[in-house]
Amino acid sequence: MVAANPEIPLARPLVSPSIVTRLHGLVVTVDHKKLGLMYIASALFFLVVAGLMASVIRLQLALPNNNIVAPDTFNRLFTVHGTAMVFFVGMPIVAGLSNYLVPLMIGARDMAFPRLNAFGYWMFLFGAALLFFSYIGAPGLSGHGSAPDVGWFAYAPLTGRAFSRGNSTDYWTLCLLVSGIGSLSSAVNVIATAFGMRSPGMTLMRMPLFVWMMVVVSAMMFIVIPPLTAAQIMLLIDRFLGGNFFNTQSGGSAVLWQHFFWIFGHPEVYVLMIPGFACASEIIPVFSRKPIFGYSAMVGATTMIAFVSMGVWAHHMFSMGMTSVGNTFFMISTMAISVPTGIKIFNWLATMYGGKIRFELPMLCCLAFLFQFLIAGLTGIMLAAVPFDWHLTDTYFVVAHFHYVLIGGMLFCIFGGIYYWFPKATGRMLNKTLGLWHVALFFIGFHLTFDTMHIPGLLGMPRRIYTYDPGRGWELLNLITSIGVVFQIVGIACLAWNLIRSLRKGEKAGDDPWDAWTLEWATTSPPPEYNFETVPPVRSARPLWDLKHPEDPDWKYE
Amino acid sequence: MFFALGLSASPAFADGASSVTNIFKPDGAPARAIFDYTMLVLAVCAVIFVIVVGLLVYTVTRFRHRREDDGQEPPQVYGSNQIELAWTVIPIIIVFVLTLVTARTIAEVQNAVPPPKALKVTVVGHQWWWEIRYPDLGVVTANELHVPVSDPAQPRPTFLKLESADVAHSFWIPQLAGKTDVIPNRDNSMWIEPVTPGTYLGNCAEYCGTQHARMLIRVIVHPQGEFENWVAAQKPDSATDTNLVAAQKPDSATDTQVKAGRDVFFSTSCVNCHTINGTEANGKFGPDLTHLMSRQTLGSGAALNTPEKLRAWVRNPQNLKPGCYMPDMQLTDEEMDQLVRYLLTLN
Repeated sequence: MVAANPEIPLARPLVSPSIVTRLHGLVVTVDHKKLGLMYIASALFFLVVAGLMASVIRLQLALPNNNIVAPDTFNRLFTVHGTAMVFFVGMPIVAGLSNYLVPLMIGARDMAFPRLNAFGYWMFLFGAALLFFSYIGAPGLSGHGSAPDVGWFAYAPLTGRAFSRGNSTDYWTLCLLVSGIGSLSSAVNVIATAFGMRSPGMTLMRMPLFVWMMVVVSAMMFIVIPPLTAAQIMLLIDRFLGGNFFNTQSGGSAVLWQHFFWIFGHPEVYVLMIPGFACASEIIPVFSRKPIFGYSAMVGATTMIAFVSMGVWAHHMFSMGMTSVGNTFFMISTMAISVPTGIKIFNWLATMYGGKIRFELPMLCCLAFLFQFLIAGLTGIMLAAVPFDWHLTDTYFVVAHFHYVLIGGMLFCIFGGIYYWFPKATGRMLNKTLGLWHVALFFIGFHLTFDTMHIPGLLGMPRRIYTYDPGRGWELLNLITSIGVVFQIVGIACLAWNLIRSLRKGEKAGDDPWDAWTLEWATTSPPPEYNFETVPPVRSARPLWDLKHPEDPDWKYE
Repeated sequence: MFFALGLSASPAFADGASSVTNIFKPDGAPARAIFDYTMLVLAVCAVIFVIVVGLLVYTVTRFRHRREDDGQEPPQVYGSNQIELAWTVIPIIIVFVLTLVTARTIAEVQNAVPPPKALKVTVVGHQWWWEIRYPDLGVVTANELHVPVSDPAQPRPTFLKLESADVAHSFWIPQLAGKTDVIPNRDNSMWIEPVTPGTYLGNCAEYCGTQHARMLIRVIVHPQGEFENWVAAQKPDSATDTNLVAAQKPDSATDTQVKAGRDVFFSTSCVNCHTINGTEANGKFGPDLTHLMSRQTLGSGAALNTPEKLRAWVRNPQNLKPGCYMPDMQLTDEEMDQLVRYLLTLN
């Protein structure tokens, strides 16, 4: 049934190496699987750190006029939380998944540029270290400030010398600059790998959708990270060399920064979201026991999203005072994105339709994702509706919306991906009972927190306020929002315990526990360093289906 | 129980009537136009939600893996161009209709032309308070925007010119209009046209530094005819008289105290940041204090403007609004008493 031969002796020493040797191994490795897992493990660590920061934020906002943290501390918390979640949780998870899975899915030995791959990881980790080190290092010689407190999109001129003394903003700038270089090296690698190292027979239109989507995401990174880097360099010139790009007191433009940031920042949302789609597009077919409905439509829709997302950035700036023509243009482009996104949702639904849906953990996560992503999409339409957005932007409604996208959408898919590929990466299954607790508790906590969070925004509560007075109808809603966090914390604790425990004591997985169809399930779990002894013949998008069902192979219908 | 917990923390804004900031309770033209449009958007989204969730629930229950399953794989279906076309074209039509309606509402709100009778006000955002200037009336105040009520028969909207003295802010009164950012080096504008007299609350809506949370704004809509009275009371001349009377004719014990308080004010650096019309205090960094006691709040909404809070505010502003740019002036208790006596005369 499966091509790999379990009898092949693995090149492993008989005695388990010491901890120092193993750590050294991690530092010098250029193996895409090790780097992928290092990316994911680091990202999960920062997820916990930045998540705990969010918990302090919610503790402070649970009651009106609360005094748990000082205003400046609060402002640092939401700045570091946002920056860390986007750049040091979202981005490395994307890089980790594509690193681990792309070569396996296309039957390759490794990524195209293994050393560049390792370089990308260490740049990311260095960037993250800069951000967190700012808590200690940023006061610098001048003694002002601690961690950055300018918000994750750091609107000028709050970042100027006049309003941000000390070095906190410089740490923020540098951590993005450095991690941007890491992301770019990971992006070039994914594209080169997917275009140059596919196994014989795997045409572009036979690549797993996961690989397709990671290619699209990598291409997007090429286009959108340079403007961010450029903006950071301009900011550094302003702060250190007396430049005036954003210094409004010398004729600079505050709006220029907004354009630069969001021309990166909006496509970035899709850079984070499409890998979620990528996981869902692998998981939903396998657990519905049907191929993805409309493969080429999915590829087309993903590419459309990538293209259109480059032209929507100013919808973050509807209240900035653009002309009515500018507002109308960006409204139309933003609404247009809902068409390819809708196509995807319908294709996933059609994949399940007529199938035999197995409610395993990965599928449960994807079902929650479908429901939540629908809501996130609809609130997205509300935010694209310019006059409505004049109310909603910069309130808790928009905070709820993008957490719905990134947690309800992306993170649930990532959870699904973890449950789905953990057996491949470790050779052991995750415990199903603990997994159910995790998914259930996190689902409840997520909805308590983020469903409720929309309403204070409608009641006039702006984002990024460290406290509020009672009497505007915000108190109970904020309390419920904060209570939801408790469920999420317990849920994540279940996941963490499950990961640690199953690593040693989990049930043996075997090569192909889900009866799946893409190439990574053709090798052993965990895969050997060289990945494949022999790569099965690829004659369709589901090579293992063809092997398992010689009487009714896919390639007959292509 | 939760409500009780919340309310017990601090009743700073328990002054009732003005506490609504609900975008679904609009008052006046731009907010009303946005509200009507919003309802349409919500209705469209609700229909889409019901249809897609219905499909999802149906699919998941109807096609779940059953215990009595025969173990065979289901029929393998790869897609259908007709179906793909259907769920491409239908959303395009919905989006097309929505964009038309949206474009109309954008133009209706954004391209409104001020009628000749419109009141013109300049709002300047500062870290962390609002300066409010009436260029045609010669009045300057802070944190509270006073406007006349607009009669639907004879509309009298207020057009705001938005400027910033430092970083980006955003001006938002949820019941009266959507928000417009207040950006340095850029002239933005917006308008409101309230039709019900009363007080309307709002917050600065763009993160602007440490005290972004305590940068509140109030719009006081005066009933027909009363706005002119307010303007008359705010005229620089009217203020000078009161202040001079209080400060220059010390003919009682109270007035001696006021005189002493005036000396405290003018002998410390208060004058470098604050203006009091008709005196040598002409600082521009902080709010104009000429009619301080005519305002409802202190510190841009940090506290209600009562004599006790005023004393606490001047004693050490960092207690009520940590991080704000007004320093603790290190006055003695006696000086504090005198200074507050003086400030209380600025009405």
